[in-house]
Amino acid sequence: MKKTVFFGALAVAGLSAAAAAAGTLDDVKARGTLNCGVTTGLVGFAAPDANGVWEGFDVGVCRAVAAAVLGDATAVEFIPTTGKTRFTALASGEIDMLARNTTWTFSRDVDLKFEFVGINYYDGQGFLAPKALGVTSAKDLDGATVCVQTGTTTELNLADFFRSNNISYEPVPIETNAEGQQQYLAGACDTYTTDASGLAATRATFENPGDHVLLPEIISKEPLGPLVRHGDNDWGDVVRWTLNALITAEELGVTSANIEELAAAPTNNPEINRLLGTAGELGGMLGLEPNWAMMAIKAGGNYGELFEKNIGENTPIGLARGLNAMWTEGGLIYSPPFR
Amino acid sequence: MGENTVTHSAAFVRTETLPQLEPPATQRGIVKWMHENLFSTIPNGILTLLAIWVIYMVLSAALPWILGGVWTTSSLAECREVLDGATGACFSVLTERWNQLMFGFVYPADQYWRPTLAFVLLFVAAAPVMFFDLPRKLLIFTALYPFVAFYLIWGGTIFVPILALVGVVGGIMVYRKLVQGSFAMGFFGGLVAAVLIWAIGGMLIPEGASENAALQAVPSRDLGGFMLNMMLGVVCVSLSIPLGIALALGRQSSMPLIKWICVIFIEFIRGVPLITLLFVASVMLAYLFPPGTTTDLFLRVVIMITMFSAAYIAEVIRGGLAALPKGQYEAADSLGLDYAQAMRLIILPQALKISIPGIVNIAVGLFKDTTLVSVISMFDVVGMIRGPLSAATEWNGIYWELYGFAALLFFVVCYGISQYSQWLERRLATDHR
Repeated sequence: MKKTVFFGALAVAGLSAAAAAAGTLDDVKARGTLNCGVTTGLVGFAAPDANGVWEGFDVGVCRAVAAAVLGDATAVEFIPTTGKTRFTALASGEIDMLARNTTWTFSRDVDLKFEFVGINYYDGQGFLAPKALGVTSAKDLDGATVCVQTGTTTELNLADFFRSNNISYEPVPIETNAEGQQQYLAGACDTYTTDASGLAATRATFENPGDHVLLPEIISKEPLGPLVRHGDNDWGDVVRWTLNALITAEELGVTSANIEELAAAPTNNPEINRLLGTAGELGGMLGLEPNWAMMAIKAGGNYGELFEKNIGENTPIGLARGLNAMWTEGGLIYSPPFR
Repeated sequence: MGENTVTHSAAFVRTETLPQLEPPATQRGIVKWMHENLFSTIPNGILTLLAIWVIYMVLSAALPWILGGVWTTSSLAECREVLDGATGACFSVLTERWNQLMFGFVYPADQYWRPTLAFVLLFVAAAPVMFFDLPRKLLIFTALYPFVAFYLIWGGTIFVPILALVGVVGGIMVYRKLVQGSFAMGFFGGLVAAVLIWAIGGMLIPEGASENAALQAVPSRDLGGFMLNMMLGVVCVSLSIPLGIALALGRQSSMPLIKWICVIFIEFIRGVPLITLLFVASVMLAYLFPPGTTTDLFLRVVIMITMFSAAYIAEVIRGGLAALPKGQYEAADSLGLDYAQAMRLIILPQALKISIPGIVNIAVGLFKDTTLVSVISMFDVVGMIRGPLSAATEWNGIYWELYGFAALLFFVVCYGISQYSQWLERRLATDHR
């Protein structure tokens, strides 16, 4: 009798240990929802609409992962995080993944014990200037007054750029992006510098956006991507390959419009077949359904569709693909093969 | 002899009074008032003209902007189209996102009546506390209000608020039984009884009772908007006043342990910025609890803000206690009152009356401080404006309308609190000045 109790207790202890050690993937499946960390609001990247439904480019990544794992793009609990709370939320396990326009840097990857699974947006610091100023390149800005946020890497990048080009400038320090917009519009500075996507979004809010141009130079590297905790490689693989599936889908011409047709039966293109699960068993290797990638792509479309819908040239934000074009079209967006 | 004779013999004597003349133009009406109040000296006159110019400048800019406002478009771009270059505010963001500003963006839309009803009932519950001429029986509703409001706002199973109520009632009954022995015994006995009832009752509530409850359960994460500010403000003010009184009395206690606990608590909390405490509540505590067992974020924030304002209120009340002449304490002793009676009947009524302006000051400050929760990603009204609204593609670029609206909301509430406290001071004025 005593022995049974002992073994029973041992079994319970073993089970609970196994449950505690189970990966994030199993947790998400058991919970039925994905806890995805997003920003508290960034135009085009993540913001709730009038009905409280989250929309945006980063949100699209969350929805794709939820669709891949759970088969339901709406099974996401969006956890809004600020720049200050985002890393603790991920480290403490409050969120399963973070898709919050976070720059991939050495110290965040290594020292903070996170794993960036890829890059979904190549950002960089740019310049916004009035058309009336008549400059076509940042190198023409000799002697210009520049609005720049203090205490940021932006400020340091600016100093480096002007020194290496041997031209001079006069900084106008500002605190927040909102202040920067106001100062720039009030004519306190000739040009405003911050991340290019932010500049585009800022310009979109102007009364006459056409009167202002984004200069072609991008003077820093800000690769933004989703990240997960260190040490749970299975989960990291799921998020990484979901992102890669979206990218590969664009490369192979798989869109939310034609995906039903392509997934119905094996096509002539073996990589499409492997991607959509009509051939091979890539889904099983990840611990997901065979049609995981199809669900992910159906959620919001492929990478290009997500881009066009949320931040592309036909939206008020109006970002060109630029560095974020497919590698086949001169951009940097590139996925390892599905094989 | 008629009047005429008199008139003739003394030509300069009048028998009837002249009809009153108007005072000279400079000594009456608007001219006099202006002369006395606006242009009494040349520097004053200059200042008046300057002030009028400033007021004109502000109003001539603000009034067309406000009166020309657009209320019905669905995006900033449309606003600009409608205005077509004319000056005018784009108040459409307020009408389109009204519910989000009030309730946050996740609270289920078909349940908005619940917090609204709770808000209306708040006035019913607060009335007998604030206006003590009302019938005392109304206090019964005030006592029940926290449980009703909890049920309305969070929903879920009705057993939870009922159990909480039963626990409180049980605790009070035990306290009444034991308090004859000693206050400490009554206090701790009541506490133990309440906790026991909650623990046992908690096990009896069936698992998943909240799922098919009459009122859909709403997790704390989904609360937001001005509702969140009101909830934090009301809950924290009403909790921190009794706690503050206890701390102030504890600090004056002759028992060293109690005294030092209170001193350390007050000095520590007062020495730490509120925003630090909020970060501790949102970030640090997540590390300390095992994943999945964290206490509700709303509750953590309430505890932090309450502790913060209680420490300040304690110091204000200590000031009130110190302002009382020593004779009042001695008078209470000479009547043979014990400590609790002396405090309840003689000391605290006077000390609290002195402290009213200070307490109101802290209550107003605390209410405004509730907007700080926006930095720990809770979506109070400022959090909604800073985050989702300024990031919405259709409304990006709007500042004045939104922040002006938030300022107006807070002004209305804080001005109301301040007017009430002035009424209260007049009502309680028993000295003859």
